[in-house]
Amino acid sequence: MAARNVSSAVRLPPFQTLLDAHGRDVHRFLVASVGRIDADDCYQETWIAALRAYPKLKDASNLRSWIFTVAHRKVIDHIRARRRVAVPVGVVPEAATETATEAPATTDEELWARVRELPAKQRTALALRYVVDAGYDEISSVMGTSEDAARRNVHEALKRLRTEYQP
Amino acid sequence: MMTELEHDLRRLAPVSDPLPDVSEPAAAAQLLDVAYATLDSPLGRLLLATTPTGLARLAYLDYEGEDAVLEHLATTLSPRILAAPRRLDEPRRELDEYFAGARRSFEVPLDWRLTRGFARRVLQATAKIPFGATATYKQMAAEAGSPRASRAAGNALGSNPIPIVVPCHRILHSGGGLGGYTGGIERKRLLLGVEGYGGLKRPEAYSGLKQP
Repeated sequence: MAARNVSSAVRLPPFQTLLDAHGRDVHRFLVASVGRIDADDCYQETWIAALRAYPKLKDASNLRSWIFTVAHRKVIDHIRARRRVAVPVGVVPEAATETATEAPATTDEELWARVRELPAKQRTALALRYVVDAGYDEISSVMGTSEDAARRNVHEALKRLRTEYQP
Repeated sequence: MMTELEHDLRRLAPVSDPLPDVSEPAAAAQLLDVAYATLDSPLGRLLLATTPTGLARLAYLDYEGEDAVLEHLATTLSPRILAAPRRLDEPRRELDEYFAGARRSFEVPLDWRLTRGFARRVLQATAKIPFGATATYKQMAAEAGSPRASRAAGNALGSNPIPIVVPCHRILHSGGGLGGYTGGIERKRLLLGVEGYGGLKRPEAYSGLKQP
């Protein structure tokens, strides 16, 4: 059937295919970055922001990196907003423990709660590396840093965790 | 070399189930240009796609694959496409009623953007043919303003983006033959049967598409 072409430059796949391919990883990344309670809101905001920008996208060659860049921005927004309301330190992980149902729940929440106390860049790099298996090239492209900086962030994060972490 | 800490970070990484819905917030933000859903019907599995204007597409999924249909919608209407079954509740209900013999005409608004020119005129004329009635290709060509363009009218009907709801199955050859049908002639026979057309199978005799 005949119809006009909306975008001539880039062939964008139906948005649902992005959601199907990356939705779960984005959500896991957000749980690791902002905690289980706030992850759902960040998740919806991430996909709405992506949907808004989607038709104007100039390069569709790496949509996974693109969607994680959007998610990363939402994490930064979230942390800034959080800082403004000045939540007292120590109350954050409380509700998270009751939602975890799988067996090693406590350790899971403990380790990742500690990750969330790392400086933002280290935390994001670590989440990308170990939650969604991103390589350093992808981490650098999502976070807008060099590959060396990505490697350093992960390395520093591991070093900090190691000083405290005894499984 | 992976340390124990790295191993634990991977092993204990958060799981997420279920995922929050995106389609409804997207619709609320007016960013959902095309919403789609699939459903089972006596004619096999169907895909329905709607825009804020109305129903734009109905596809037979065993005839055209889901991916191909969605890809085409992405390039022709908008890539802002999401599965959003609730957005299709109304057309799904009307189709269910139609197949159950409890509905004779469709009320859902239509989006004609996937048609143009002569084809659109043929299809819009076809949409006016009532349940139980039939017309010929020649008549539809005349309705669209070109009485001698029967063959072009046939092509237009074959490219109908919203079959069943726009009842191209009601168009037959002047000589009484069934003519063609995109999605298979057996579907045309079954649809005409639902509508009680001359000696064809009645709805209660349906068993999918097994009959020749």
